[in-house]
Amino acid sequence: MSYNKQYINRILFNNSNFLNKKSSIPQKIDIELTERCNNNCIHCYINQPENDEELKKKELSTQRLKEIIKEIADLGCLSIRFTGGEPLLRKDFKELYLFTRRQGLKVVLFTNATLIDEELVSLFVKYPPGDKIEITLYGTDEKSYQKAAGVKGNFKKAINGINLLEKNNISFIVKGIYFSGREKQAQSLINYSRHIPYMDDMPSFSMNFDLRARRDSKEKNEIIKSLRVSPEETIKFISMGKEEYIKGTKEFAKKFMRPAGDSIFNCGCGKGGAVDAYGKFQPCLLLRHPDALYDLENGSIKDALNVFFVELRKQKSKNLDYLNKCAKCFLSGFCENCPAKSWMEHGVLDSPVDYYCEIAHAKARFLGLLNENEFGWEVKDFEKRIAKFCE
Amino acid sequence: MENKINAQSVYLPSEDVVSRQIEDEFLLVPIASGIGSMEDELYTLNETGRIIWERMRPGLSVENLADELSREYDASREVIFEDICGILNELLKLKMVEKVE
Repeated sequence: MSYNKQYINRILFNNSNFLNKKSSIPQKIDIELTERCNNNCIHCYINQPENDEELKKKELSTQRLKEIIKEIADLGCLSIRFTGGEPLLRKDFKELYLFTRRQGLKVVLFTNATLIDEELVSLFVKYPPGDKIEITLYGTDEKSYQKAAGVKGNFKKAINGINLLEKNNISFIVKGIYFSGREKQAQSLINYSRHIPYMDDMPSFSMNFDLRARRDSKEKNEIIKSLRVSPEETIKFISMGKEEYIKGTKEFAKKFMRPAGDSIFNCGCGKGGAVDAYGKFQPCLLLRHPDALYDLENGSIKDALNVFFVELRKQKSKNLDYLNKCAKCFLSGFCENCPAKSWMEHGVLDSPVDYYCEIAHAKARFLGLLNENEFGWEVKDFEKRIAKFCE
Repeated sequence: MENKINAQSVYLPSEDVVSRQIEDEFLLVPIASGIGSMEDELYTLNETGRIIWERMRPGLSVENLADELSREYDASREVIFEDICGILNELLKLKMVEKVE
């Protein structure tokens, strides 16, 4: 026996040296429980109809999901993010949730809150998720909600779910969307969020929307493109919280702004991953390029993380357009383009995406990092510019 | 810390605390409300704490646990008993163990 009297140390899930020290183990793995959703949001990259029986049959069974959750716990991960589609559509959600908590994993839940009922809240009261529930709330009145979510009557259900959480002191945050002509709605959500005690900052807004992750609908992609805000509108929106944005970007710029070179994977993609609704393990929640998917029928999450994704991340680009622009651009890291978005837009892992390129350049000009008519891949003294910006 | 431990009593880990070994750390994760002090906290046990946590079982009183460990470890029974009481006091305060007998 030892004589050390410090028997117990208390650490925080979200802010601890213990987690940093264990950087080889992903802190979190995503599980997309279903792609089906009871909303039909016009900008969504993945949603499928709620009652699609064919898809339902293809989804992972309760037993298989438990095996995967157990494997994630055995790896040493600390949390699982349940997302979808709408994860609460799964009839076995409560069972899976409790199973996950009983593995010592905390749960991050992405939901639209429309299916939160007394029974679920009782479960959360007894066994708290361990992290804030994240609720997509696409309007603060029936009309604006329906316009984005596409389904009549779900606004009331969402508010009912939110009220149940609040009444029972279950912590949550809300997130919104922003597209052209939605300034008032965005402001309304900001005002609404001020009374939520668990929100430290203003809500995050999705606005530079992703195309369909399975590249399954040209029609939906056209709608998504039509909803995307222009670079000018993006800047206008950012200006609403300018100081906060500049502060956050300074911290980010020091760490991540530099040309990426010919590597395709310059993000965290593959250091963690996401289990899709059918048992494929993706290197991130968005990336569904067939070459990047690992079939969990034939192997383990551990092998995917330690071998398959490691090899994937070694890929270099041979695309001249990418090599002449993205590879040399110091806005890489700041730009939203990534292998997943390149796949969504162009069906390959390494293509520039004009929309994200324009947005990144507009933001850089707004911040004084670029002059008018100058491009990120032309700038040689980027280190000086970043240092000046971060002063 | 005041000693609330009864040597003849049996203490067991709460069913709502999950123990996990992650690399070289032994973690206790409270999963139910009221256990631990905050929702987003977890706890690590030192080696002494881990041994005691893993040895607790139905029917084994604190004094019997001290006897058992003193036969296996190179420390006096008094020191071991003190260690057991030390950690059980802390765990009781956090509601991570329950007195069952």
